[in-house]
Amino acid sequence: MDLPERPLLDRLAAYAHAAAHRPGTPCRCPGGLVGVLADRDDGTVVRHGRLVAKAHAPGTDPEAHCARLALAGHPDVRAVLLPPLPGPRPAAPDELGGPHALDGRPVTLWPYGPPVDPADPDAAPWEEAARLLALLHRTPPPVGAADRLPEMRAPVKAALAVERMRRTAPDHPAARTVLAAWRSVPDRVAPGGPRLLCHGDFHLGQLVRATGSVPPQNSPSSAPGPWRLIDIDDLGLGDPAWDLARPAAWFAAGILPPEIWSRFLDAYRGAGGPAVGADPWVQLDVPARALTVQTAALALAKSTAERRPLDEVEEVMIDTCARIAGHRTDPAPSAST
Amino acid sequence: MQCPKCHAAMHTYNRNGVQIEQCSGCRGIFLDYGELESLTRLESQWVQPAPPAPPAPQAYPAQPAAPAWGAPHHGGHHGGGHYRQRGFGRMLFSS
Repeated sequence: MDLPERPLLDRLAAYAHAAAHRPGTPCRCPGGLVGVLADRDDGTVVRHGRLVAKAHAPGTDPEAHCARLALAGHPDVRAVLLPPLPGPRPAAPDELGGPHALDGRPVTLWPYGPPVDPADPDAAPWEEAARLLALLHRTPPPVGAADRLPEMRAPVKAALAVERMRRTAPDHPAARTVLAAWRSVPDRVAPGGPRLLCHGDFHLGQLVRATGSVPPQNSPSSAPGPWRLIDIDDLGLGDPAWDLARPAAWFAAGILPPEIWSRFLDAYRGAGGPAVGADPWVQLDVPARALTVQTAALALAKSTAERRPLDEVEEVMIDTCARIAGHRTDPAPSAST
Repeated sequence: MQCPKCHAAMHTYNRNGVQIEQCSGCRGIFLDYGELESLTRLESQWVQPAPPAPPAPQAYPAQPAAPAWGAPHHGGHHGGGHYRQRGFGRMLFSS
């Protein structure tokens, strides 16, 4: 057979199947509960019934990945991060290319959890998200993990987005505006800043409800499970203000209504979140600029690749870049305040 | 004078030099010959020199702080509309 040539997606689906069912047990999962949840540059995710399998991005650093995975499974963050499931015993490991990697990409297993409903903005769990972030930021890095945990990747992701725009959409009329805004963002994270546990890529798509169904208990409770954060790929140590930066950027752009931003920020503070002080923009200004630039840069890259004009929301992000470029960066307050 | 519709008493008011009769019962307004034209003229005079309307009530009590580079019209319809129509979906994805 041509097993080595099967597309990664097929082999990931086979892996998820093997993990969901004992060898030799027929699959009776309804069709709607089996399928591809995401297939992007930064990861491929397949669902099979109660679990999902993720093939992480090509080029994922194995050591950093292991440290991040270990953190997600650590009891100290049990109330914040969805914990991974142990890998299956594949009937024929050779067929699957080894139990924990496909094409050199790490593969992980997770319980399936329902995500935020994109059709119901009013039900979005902004407060719960803020509390989860506050709790994550307040959790001391677990002993032993602290030395191995990598930097959280939010600043790197912003730089990579600008790189991608430079590479794929250098002649877009708005590229100059985005680059001008980018020049107002400091090159590197100031040394001596906070080194707290951070998610590294927070947005509402990073929340699912934990169904807590590792053993198939058909408990009669129909109450939805608690929200948990998912996606370990950018986890690490760093300045927690970056985890608030995406909502902050949407708010500053005028897209996230002020009352929702207030609810989010109040809930974060109410839960003891340490990222911001009395004036949140002292800490948020630089990360929110960076996330605005990141969003605008990816909008240019994607719209160029898709040969389409910018849509209304993307235009708003470019407008915001223009305002960023028009304001001088205030030097960050020195560490000796 | 009685209201032709509900027969309650009409009261005469002077509004910017135009006499109008308003019913005390159904609040209906009776205009004499030429009064509508006078009102229309006054209205256009009012609209033209009007300075740009002051921005909608500026200080809602709990308006959150925003950066200097933030969008100018916070709290208006603009943001809410964007959020519902397209913006919210964007908040569910990495950008």
